[in-house]
Amino acid sequence: MDKIVAQYSRPSHQNEFYSEQEQQDLTETLPPLSLKFALPPVANPSAFLRAMTDDHSNPSCPIKLAHGTTTLAFRFQGGIIVCTDSRATAGNWIASQTVKKVIPVSRLSRGEDKPSNEPTPGLLGTMAGGAADCQYWLRYLSQQCTLHEIRHKRRITVAAASKILANLTYSYKGYGLSMGTMLAGVRTTASFLPSNQVGLELTSTAFIGNPQEGPALYYIDSDGTRLPGNLFCVGSGQTFAYGVLDANYRYDLTEEEALALGRRAILAAMHRDAYSGGFINLYHVKEEGWVHHGFDDMNPIFWKTKLESGEFSNVTSEL
Amino acid sequence: MTSLMDHQARETVGYSFSESTAGVKQHGFYPYTDNGGSTLGITGSDFAILAGDTRSTSGYNINSRMVPKVFKIGGDDETGEGANIILSVVGFAADGTALKERLDTVVKMYKYQHGKPMSVSACAQRLSTILYQKRFFPYYVHAILAGLDEEGKGALYSYDPVGSYEREQCRAAGAAASLIMPFLDNQVNFKNQYIPGSGEGHALVAKKPEPLPLETVKGLVRDAFTSAVERHIEVGDNLQMVIITKAGIEEVYHPLKKD
Repeated sequence: MDKIVAQYSRPSHQNEFYSEQEQQDLTETLPPLSLKFALPPVANPSAFLRAMTDDHSNPSCPIKLAHGTTTLAFRFQGGIIVCTDSRATAGNWIASQTVKKVIPVSRLSRGEDKPSNEPTPGLLGTMAGGAADCQYWLRYLSQQCTLHEIRHKRRITVAAASKILANLTYSYKGYGLSMGTMLAGVRTTASFLPSNQVGLELTSTAFIGNPQEGPALYYIDSDGTRLPGNLFCVGSGQTFAYGVLDANYRYDLTEEEALALGRRAILAAMHRDAYSGGFINLYHVKEEGWVHHGFDDMNPIFWKTKLESGEFSNVTSEL
Repeated sequence: MTSLMDHQARETVGYSFSESTAGVKQHGFYPYTDNGGSTLGITGSDFAILAGDTRSTSGYNINSRMVPKVFKIGGDDETGEGANIILSVVGFAADGTALKERLDTVVKMYKYQHGKPMSVSACAQRLSTILYQKRFFPYYVHAILAGLDEEGKGALYSYDPVGSYEREQCRAAGAAASLIMPFLDNQVNFKNQYIPGSGEGHALVAKKPEPLPLETVKGLVRDAFTSAVERHIEVGDNLQMVIITKAGIEEVYHPLKKD
């Protein structure tokens, strides 16, 4: 009887507003790792996703996703060079020629909107494969790196950051993510943040026993691969970039030579790979942080390279 | 890394689909319809415009001649009053409406909880995560978001169906994107335009893009749509233009051809 009374004596407007849980669902920016992603109501979600979005196996798929293309990074005596093109394609359609494929990771020290020639501390990530996958998961990684900075009062190592990302892609294996990313950064003893930056008291003993990592470069992809290395090229134009890079790469390159080599390798890939093009985006990762060396239209650079140094001589310059 | 090498195809970054079933298509579950139509957005130094046609099609059928594609976000449900962000969606109209409703709710909740309106940059990133939450069952939409940034400049963000986004000066999306976008590249970003007499051959100096005045941009939007209507069957009926300035949001309709 009490049960029946309770059933009918509830205020009638109780369910009219959002519940606590619903409010949280609406305001939470990131889903937890426990697969809070919507899945289609079919037995095999990844087969559905492939039929809808994979223009490899189904060129007439209805949803064309933006894909990124040639990216490279290499370690040398003066740090790490990171260079990319800027084209995004959806099928044969050039969706954008101005994509920023180098993404600063680690939010506390990001400051990407500040116009300055000063080095910015933090890591750099590159984007190849699905543009949304790379943007979203590197944003997720930024969040994790920021939490690491707050919890441990020091910046995360490239090794640790790359492992967060690799564990993540591995846990989503088979779901259809598509990303090939490189993480570059330098961690030195200077990476230990002054206590006022994290708002916590720091004892000097916290510094002891943390060897410096130095410039580090990792390759992570959607299969769950994670590789440390000196030189990587990723994307549909990777072979063309490797060709130039392998021919001219030395560890003891000067800073100027290294920047020129990065730019030249991307230029070669843009020229021979139809899925690469647009602007050359060049970064240098130094001990103090990363420095941006321009987002430049490839066309004038191509003609300058051809006419001044005699390369690309198979291309006619007569109009 | 192995998968990178094994892929003989053009794209070398592999997909992590568990088994390869190239050529096999799933039948029996096709939850999308392409409702056609086209949208476009252009920004200037102190305004942003989003525009779209109002035709709704499925296949060769025209189902309605008055289905607006541009929405005011975070304002009054009926009048849109109080909104400072606008959103256009093109593709599958049901997904578009669902997306608009979801973003509208989020922007309102933000205002209630923080006591201030959501900035366009924050809203832009939030829309990206909303789209990505359906990464494995995507919204079939191309979204464009517009408003004024913290400095009062026009801000425009464009999205792919699963949430990759970028701030741009102009963007066309939808059925006639391939007709409109090249026109915009030339007329807004001055692509392939050179300063006459500045040199010969490779020495020609490219014309630098600069923000356009509002009246010029309105003209470009109307020209883009009247031209698209001439050559695309899914575009027509009416042109909806929503202009956001510091004075507020203005919405105007112009007739397009009805055939």
